[in-house]
Amino acid sequence: MTTTLEKAAPVAAKHRPVPSSLKVTQARVVRSEWIKFRSLRSTVITMAAGAIAVIGLGLLSAAFASGTISSPDGGGGPPGGNDPTGISLSGVMLAQLIIGSLGVMMTSGEYTTGMIRSSLAAVPKRLPVLWGKAIVFAGVTFVVMLAATLVAFLGGQAILSGAGVASASLGDTGVLRAIAGSALNLTGVGLMGIALGALLRSTAGAISTLFGIVLILPGLLQLLPSSWNANIGPYLPSNAIESFTTVQAEAGSTMLSSGAGLAVFAAWVVVLLAGAAVLLKRRDA
Amino acid sequence: MITVANLSKRYGDKLAVDSLDFTVRPGIVTGFLGPNGAGKSTTMRMIVGLDNPTSGDVTVNGSHYAEHKAPIHQVGALLEAKAVHTGRSAYNHLLAMAATTGISKQRVDEVIDLVGLREVAKKRAGGFSLGMGQRLGIASALLGDPEVVILDEPVNGLDPEGVLWIRNLLRSLAGEGRTVFVSSHLMSEMALTAEHLIVIGRGRLIADVSVAEFTASASSKSVRVRSPQATELRDLLADDNVSIASSERGLLEITGLEPADIGDRALRAGIALHELSPQQASLEEAFMELTRDAVEYHATTTSGADAR
Repeated sequence: MTTTLEKAAPVAAKHRPVPSSLKVTQARVVRSEWIKFRSLRSTVITMAAGAIAVIGLGLLSAAFASGTISSPDGGGGPPGGNDPTGISLSGVMLAQLIIGSLGVMMTSGEYTTGMIRSSLAAVPKRLPVLWGKAIVFAGVTFVVMLAATLVAFLGGQAILSGAGVASASLGDTGVLRAIAGSALNLTGVGLMGIALGALLRSTAGAISTLFGIVLILPGLLQLLPSSWNANIGPYLPSNAIESFTTVQAEAGSTMLSSGAGLAVFAAWVVVLLAGAAVLLKRRDA
Repeated sequence: MITVANLSKRYGDKLAVDSLDFTVRPGIVTGFLGPNGAGKSTTMRMIVGLDNPTSGDVTVNGSHYAEHKAPIHQVGALLEAKAVHTGRSAYNHLLAMAATTGISKQRVDEVIDLVGLREVAKKRAGGFSLGMGQRLGIASALLGDPEVVILDEPVNGLDPEGVLWIRNLLRSLAGEGRTVFVSSHLMSEMALTAEHLIVIGRGRLIADVSVAEFTASASSKSVRVRSPQATELRDLLADDNVSIASSERGLLEITGLEPADIGDRALRAGIALHELSPQQASLEEAFMELTRDAVEYHATTTSGADAR
């Protein structure tokens, strides 16, 4: 049967004739993924929690560093070291966990609920679904997290300078790069989560793998001979991220340049997404 | 039109679907029958491209499902009641499905009304009963006004009113010239709804027949006779080709004779008959007979055996 035949067939009052241009396109799938994204309360709450973590912890760290508030026993330095930009962006670490989990749930949630079968039946070419999720997630996350890191930076510096402690301004070398880099960092970690969720199809498995790669791998590397550590270490996602999110590199650091670090981090994201794409296309849903 | 050609699917060392060949035609409801584990769902998943065949081919309206530019206008499928994110409302689920191919919000509202989910459309699908989940799945299947409708066990979990609604819906969809392919493990349900049957067991095709043919082949020659002189009648009719059973006093189940023959001979012998009725084996019995060797999971309890 063709569409022309269908128009000729008797159609009950409940059924409207099918308009001619109803092709599935990447743009339409992006729109569909946007509806999916905004219509889950958990996504919206998690995204807000990520922003609150960036801003709240950033301001709190600034308050600690400025001496405005201090821990009861008076011990311990402020989080973020002595770099005023780093201090105000210290909430990004926690936000990585939150946004990374959100990325995982974007895909693993479809597998655990069975939704994936509806999604892939509607878009049987499959890849547009993965790209659609990545585009929507990356767009929303980058915008929201850029706003959050900006607010955290400006608020944090206001607290620091108000207390007469060393502070930074947006025009200082490397500051804008650190702010935008932090938003890119969160976006990229979330995209790694999307890929791992699609690869492993399990929320718990994908979240622990993601945290393992981002948080635990650098620690494990310390156990290896130091020459290995020096050669491999800079290419781990966490260290690559550090290269473009910090203003002042520590003395004697083996860190990559910020450009190379960004490229290495992007490569991690791309490789994981490519792996997810290959398996999504090949495996049974 | 669905064309299944030499279709096989292997999971590990288990052949779930084994060289299936059949065609599902437009304009009628075709029932897809088989015991649990026969391969019905796997076959349906391969039709809409969710599973890849190990070998063989399946096309819908002449093309592979994934090659259609607007797939959900070609095929609407209900494969599992809950292929829905539990945290999303029914309305938003349908809206997201509709957006992939540019279907309007009005159409979303139409299918919500069509399946009777208006009152709960804005509620989270995770809180839906099985029956409501089925209705949402059917709304999803009808969203694209498809030419081919595939429903896997649609009456599961529906109340009697819902079952009747499905029956009428399927017939009206077929009446509009659509291809309607419905799986079930209940022969009686299919006998009421379908015109044609495809029966599989252990992944293999067992029968590809019209319901009328199946019903005719299912009817046995048994005749139930009630008579105050049952013993005399039994002696009168006894023959090598005739088997007579009696489950209660004055009641005979006779196989091998026509009702008219029994009545005439009883009259000539002066035996009074209080009942003379031809019996048909139930369709369910005929179906069980047909698929007996192909049942994947036999009940092993003795009480189950006694119940037969």
